[in-house]
Amino acid sequence: MLGLTSSDWEALRLTLRLALISTGLLLVLCLPLAWWLAHTQRRIKVVIEALVALPLVLPPTVIGFYLLILLGPRGVVGGTLERLGVGHLAFTFTGLVIGSMIYSLPFVVQPLQNAFQAMGRRPLEVAATLRAGPFDRLLSVVLPLSRQGLLTAAVLSFAHTLGEFGVLLMIGGGIPGQTQVASIAIYSHVEALDYASAHRLSLFLMLVAFTLLTCIYALNRRFKVVGVMP
Amino acid sequence: MQAIFKRLLMSVAALGMSLALTMAQAEQEPTRIAAAASLRAVMDELVATYRTQHPAASLEAVYGASGSLRAQIENGAPFDLFFSADMAFPQALEAGGHAAGDVTPYAEGRLVLWSEDIDASTLTLGELADARFRRIAIANPRHAPYGARAEEALRASGLWQTLEPKLVFGENIGQALQMVHSGAANVGILALAQMHASSMRGSTFHLIDSSLHQPLENGFIITRRGGDDPTARGFADFMQSPEAQRILEAYGFSMPRGD
Repeated sequence: MLGLTSSDWEALRLTLRLALISTGLLLVLCLPLAWWLAHTQRRIKVVIEALVALPLVLPPTVIGFYLLILLGPRGVVGGTLERLGVGHLAFTFTGLVIGSMIYSLPFVVQPLQNAFQAMGRRPLEVAATLRAGPFDRLLSVVLPLSRQGLLTAAVLSFAHTLGEFGVLLMIGGGIPGQTQVASIAIYSHVEALDYASAHRLSLFLMLVAFTLLTCIYALNRRFKVVGVMP
Repeated sequence: MQAIFKRLLMSVAALGMSLALTMAQAEQEPTRIAAAASLRAVMDELVATYRTQHPAASLEAVYGASGSLRAQIENGAPFDLFFSADMAFPQALEAGGHAAGDVTPYAEGRLVLWSEDIDASTLTLGELADARFRRIAIANPRHAPYGARAEEALRASGLWQTLEPKLVFGENIGQALQMVHSGAANVGILALAQMHASSMRGSTFHLIDSSLHQPLENGFIITRRGGDDPTARGFADFMQSPEAQRILEAYGFSMPRGD
């Protein structure tokens, strides 16, 4: 269909699944971290902030290499899982999720932290005096007020994962149907000088991303209109 | 206001001067060899040897994936010689009119089996079917020459079907080696030349029978840009010398089977 082979479709499906899962997990995990970073007075904060930005420093294939060591059978994480009988994570989909989460970490934490800082503590205090419980405060105060930051974080992480190549190739091993995501399939088409296939898959990946992102932004616009109503 | 204007003018002047300087430097650029990443160790030594023989020559090597280097040369990269890890890329450049002269085969590579965990010297391809080998790293057969030959060797041994589910693919032979190095892949089908890198000294490996696959011939060209460069011509001649052949052999390459 559309000139894409079945392995191209498989690669696209894997890419979307990976981007959705890792973005979802990142948002959940980074909410408390970004909240803490936005409000803590402790000095260790600057160290954590620097750590969060580190995935931007190393070349992706090098991050991939270190992750391979960490998640492989001889690494701390992979080795422990191996002893528990679960099996190590190198060349698995789970390994890809962990890799892309680490790689996209700064893109999620920073917009969230900025949004929380801009919001300040005041709205929460007001909500507390109105006897809103912690969960209620999160759902009806924090999340709506920091919606712009959440959206930026989600979009950046999603798009970043779609285009990720170096980390994923290294820890995934490019196994068709298991860890060969669209970006790797495109690269492989180009390297094999099969430009027609590369163009088709690139175009399709960009179309999918464009459609999804447009929908998200459109949805955000609609909610904003609802949001200003008293 | 005037002060700002003066400062602006000065920075423009400074920018112009640095640009002019860069352009002046560009005129005396060294002769540049673009070489496949898998050749790094041997090419460094070849260049160093050539330099001691010709102290006046200004020669340097840059490394990358053969396919990327080919694309860069097609698009006007400042390389005077191109040493590929195969024959196809330099042949394509020659066909496209980017070469000054024919493709010269200069060496032949060999495949080896190597593992970080076990002594691979007594290992055979057939044993890779054992359950203890869970992941086998090779270079991508679709575009990396060593990967394509590894696939041929496995097919010729009747092992491809059995082993395919265990294979993981590096972008190139260097990445396949890193996968084995990290322990994430138990064993890899790699290049003999890699076993001669300084960090690999003393490691034991199994040499794969070269009759199982097409020869891993490596070719080089002088690019159109390097056609009039005496140093590029000189280095091409040097590659035919016994001295260069000795270095190639020391790094695990054999001489091309003749033409």
